[in-house]
Amino acid sequence: MPLQGNIRDFSTTQLLNLINLAGKTGTLTIFEGVPTAEKDAMGGVKMAPGKERARVAFKVGKLIHAALDDQDGNLVSVLNKTGKLTVEQARIIRERASNTSDKALALLLINANYVTQKDVVSSVQQHTLDVVYDLLSWHEGPFRFDDDSLPSADRIMVPIDLENVIIEGARRIKQNEVLLAEIPNLDLALKFPENAKEKYKGVHLSVEEWRIVSFVNPKNTMRQIAKANNMSDMEMRRIIYGLLQAGLVLLVKPPQTQQLDGRRVVPMAPAVQETVVRRLIDRIRSI
Amino acid sequence: MQQVKMIITGPFSSGKTEFINAISEIEVVSTERSISSELERTVKDATTVAMDFGRITVDEDLVLYLFGTPGQRRFDFMWEILAEGMLGFVVMVDSTKPETFREAKSILETFRAYAPTPYVVAANKQDLPDAWKTDDLRIALRIEEGVKLLPCVAVQKESVKNVLLELLYSILEEMEST
Repeated sequence: MPLQGNIRDFSTTQLLNLINLAGKTGTLTIFEGVPTAEKDAMGGVKMAPGKERARVAFKVGKLIHAALDDQDGNLVSVLNKTGKLTVEQARIIRERASNTSDKALALLLINANYVTQKDVVSSVQQHTLDVVYDLLSWHEGPFRFDDDSLPSADRIMVPIDLENVIIEGARRIKQNEVLLAEIPNLDLALKFPENAKEKYKGVHLSVEEWRIVSFVNPKNTMRQIAKANNMSDMEMRRIIYGLLQAGLVLLVKPPQTQQLDGRRVVPMAPAVQETVVRRLIDRIRSI
Repeated sequence: MQQVKMIITGPFSSGKTEFINAISEIEVVSTERSISSELERTVKDATTVAMDFGRITVDEDLVLYLFGTPGQRRFDFMWEILAEGMLGFVVMVDSTKPETFREAKSILETFRAYAPTPYVVAANKQDLPDAWKTDDLRIALRIEEGVKLLPCVAVQKESVKNVLLELLYSILEEMEST
């Protein structure tokens, strides 16, 4: 069964994070939401999938293709949009090569010296990113991820690392409530993941993001880091959200704090002996 | 007689009552009431108001109590009381309802902050076709690698036994390491 839900509950940025970390191959489809009479478990209106709005394909956790339903995403339009083909050139090519696949057309255009291979790759890459950045701003719509489903082989697919896309997605979040829900507690600290060197390779961080990264240490709470950098809580949350979603930092409890969010630490169970736990295990096994 | 307590927590309708029902030796002392809200009624007909209460007797000297927390946030004042003296806790997640994942993560963090006791996450309803896989849930809920995230079908006794045993193994490991 495909992975499914609604980007209202599990955002596009979170989906990209999941696909990236799980190294998934397949296609994410986002639909128009059609309201139903039912409510979901959190009391929201349950949306049924309607018309397709976007399809985004991934291979082993990398973005390889993206298309909006209402946008002409063929190679000629993409090259025209990036200024590699003039309107007139695009019109003529469309007339003469209407049944030619993108891959075959790219070869023809390169051989005819209209464009270079680099032009094709950079234009397709930019188009793919533009589509994904567009859908990062969507806040509603059922989605489905179909494992192993990929666009036809005649499409041009350029692999793009998702870390930078995820961080850009976090920079574009305008709703503070999303950030508050994701990072309610700034009294937690940050640490680097085990494969940090590999993770940070090729990642483009802003000056503010690098400043935060330079303070990452399980001894520093996010609140302390924000204060040290003269940063508001929301600015801090936005940056941390991006770093977290891209898998560049992890949340940890700082050693000096047992109590979080002002909550009371409840009394622990009276000392229980190992033999008691072993008796419980034996009893449950026997049920 | 020694009494030990485990908490079964999780969002509204995640399967806590079914979990306790599947293994308790007594009929669960359930405080389920008819749901007052129209919204909640569409998901299920009754919900746990204060707590569910199940029991597993080991012998005449030792009893394990399972307490199910109320899932709705308006009863969360009860959580802290229920958490006192717990040996460990299980966080139930409905694998078919991504709209509850954020709430599940929030509940997990709340209970983690109450006491540094071992816990496991039970990915419930894994028998349903639209259930998210446990590997995907681990990423979605940002569950650390060292924390057990177990597939679960709360209406099946063997599945519930497995979750409780894994929690007890974690408790044992922690005892042995300290």
